[in-house]
Amino acid sequence: MSKFKKKGKEDPEIPTSALPDIIFMLLFFFMVTTVMRNDNIMVRQKLPQATELSKVEKKSLVSYLYIGTPRETGSHGAEPKIQVNDVLIEPEGIVQWVSQQRDKMSEADRNRITISMKVSKEAKMGIITDVQEELKEANALKLLYTTVKKSNLR
Amino acid sequence: MNSGSTADIAFLLLIFFLVTTTIASEKGLFLKLPPKQDNQEQDIKKKEKNLFNINANSADRVLVEKEPWEKSLDDLVPKIQEFLLNNGRNPELSDSPKDAVVSVKVNRGTSYELYIEILDVVNRAYNEIYASRVGITAEQFRNLDLKNPADKDKYDRARKNFPRQISIAEPGK
Repeated sequence: MSKFKKKGKEDPEIPTSALPDIIFMLLFFFMVTTVMRNDNIMVRQKLPQATELSKVEKKSLVSYLYIGTPRETGSHGAEPKIQVNDVLIEPEGIVQWVSQQRDKMSEADRNRITISMKVSKEAKMGIITDVQEELKEANALKLLYTTVKKSNLR
Repeated sequence: MNSGSTADIAFLLLIFFLVTTTIASEKGLFLKLPPKQDNQEQDIKKKEKNLFNINANSADRVLVEKEPWEKSLDDLVPKIQEFLLNNGRNPELSDSPKDAVVSVKVNRGTSYELYIEILDVVNRAYNEIYASRVGITAEQFRNLDLKNPADKDKYDRARKNFPRQISIAEPGK
């Protein structure tokens, strides 16, 4: 026992002068890694799980499209809906949306546009097929079904 | 200047960023859609034996090569691989990996979850073959960094003469 007491008396306090620096380091880390969410997602998102995932190589090529049941079922109904940039749209609006997204990109990248589909599990294939038909129409053929990594393998 | 509260201020900011940070989940299954013009004629030309059909109906029941599939979808992986790597040995399976196409056809009422599961299984079958061609595990193959020339070379070698041909057929009503 006495051994421990002795040690404690030698150095009774932890130096805290470096604490702000440490905290600032952490702060900068999170400031740099944070990506502010620019879409206010209005549809429920419970992404499916899969194991064979690939990473997106260039984020600037990706446009996001959300499908799921609306959070506010009172005003938007309970059927899965399509959302792009803060608004719910019908499948017919997708061609226009894709061309808008293309306009935002640099000339060289326009043909490499990738559509990331964030589709909730409970959606049926009907709506997804409609979307894909419209995407073919808009000639945006690269698709990414965003999924979550399955935690327990097999 | 009294800097005693700097730590507190920094803490507050830190907590703000901790709360607002969403770890980006930009991962998923890639798929290339066929171009708009009707490829129907081309589809018909494909010999039946070079097609591996996976169908799913609106009750989420799966039909594999016209037989109901009651087992777990994971067990489909060896079957797909057998089909892909047949190279003309079994007259009922594919002629060569180049000709082989895995065709997925779903119903409008099929759940998205099942569709992703099927795509996942097909991709796993391909990835395992690719990985074994260059002598690495499927996990390593998935994590190849295409910006790294050595990895890119491995990736290209794995995929040479063995395209990933997954066809998503238009669903029936």
